[in-house]
Amino acid sequence: MDILTLKLWSPYWVGAGIGILSWFSFLLSDKPIGCSTAFARSSGMVEQALTGKSVKNQLYYQQFPAEIDWEWMFVLGIIIGSFCSANLSGEFQLRWLPSIWIARFGLQVFPRILTAFLGGILMGIGARWANGCTSGHGISGTLQLAVSSWIAVIFFFASGILAAYLIY
Amino acid sequence: MLKNLHLKKQAQLILGLFMGIIFGFLLQKGGAGKYDIILGQLLLKDFTVIKIMLSAVVTGMIGIYILKGFGLVQLHPKPGSIGMTVVGGLIFGVGFAVLGYCPGTISAAIGQGNLDALFGGLIGILVGSGIFAHLYPSLQGILKKGEFGDITIPEYFKVNPWMVILPLCLIIILFFYWIESMGL
Repeated sequence: MDILTLKLWSPYWVGAGIGILSWFSFLLSDKPIGCSTAFARSSGMVEQALTGKSVKNQLYYQQFPAEIDWEWMFVLGIIIGSFCSANLSGEFQLRWLPSIWIARFGLQVFPRILTAFLGGILMGIGARWANGCTSGHGISGTLQLAVSSWIAVIFFFASGILAAYLIY
Repeated sequence: MLKNLHLKKQAQLILGLFMGIIFGFLLQKGGAGKYDIILGQLLLKDFTVIKIMLSAVVTGMIGIYILKGFGLVQLHPKPGSIGMTVVGGLIFGVGFAVLGYCPGTISAAIGQGNLDALFGGLIGILVGSGIFAHLYPSLQGILKKGEFGDITIPEYFKVNPWMVILPLCLIIILFFYWIESMGL
């Protein structure tokens, strides 16, 4: 199976594969593909573990309980699937810094970790605020032709493009 | 619909894991777990991310609406409002550019060994989600501002879904030809 050891597949085939995967997620699980709610549930689980207090009395976790569900397992699967793919092509490598970051900001690790952390905070807030991310809105919502998702994805990219130009 | 299967909790968790593995495999093979590719997209120098997303939309949309026509699936469009979708979208976009990953692709990045994703971004997303959960009760006013519900585009225009799907597929395919002809 040479194809599995290739480093890169055509983005069109990858996208078509994701589209076909979404047929099965609707058919077999009655669920659109999504990722960010799993992070919110995990955040509630971490808070419970750290404070020793249940988050059940918080309004948000009443609507999105801090427990393992289909989407949580899906996100866990992404890590495993990516690990398998990277291993098969020999691409797996522990690295702290992306190459265009190095070209622009140099080789120090701490600034990148801090930036990723701060960006992560904004992304966590933004994804829950918009009620979806690049998967839930950007792929699953748009392919259902949801009005909310087409608006969300336009603003994800408009704001992302502007911010990226300010950074680089 | 496969209602019985949908209600089997254990089987669903395994299906979720299995489909996630395929999704992660595809994201990694597409290069979508890479900071360089995502920033390249936001800087409009590399269109890998948009190519993946829009070809998933074309393929997914046609299949889902055919399956829906046969009564095999039901749609789950998310509700939205100006205060929720626009404001959240703007915050998300800034996070997208600063972090360089999104919740799905950061998982793929972790799987291929990116430590900035694991020790910076992942923890940040968890903290950010927690901050939002704590602010949630006090944000109800803004989140409900300008509500438009969980409608779809064909419902909004009161037309047959295929009247939207076919022109949209055509536009996306023309867009692909255009970006390929630009060498992007």
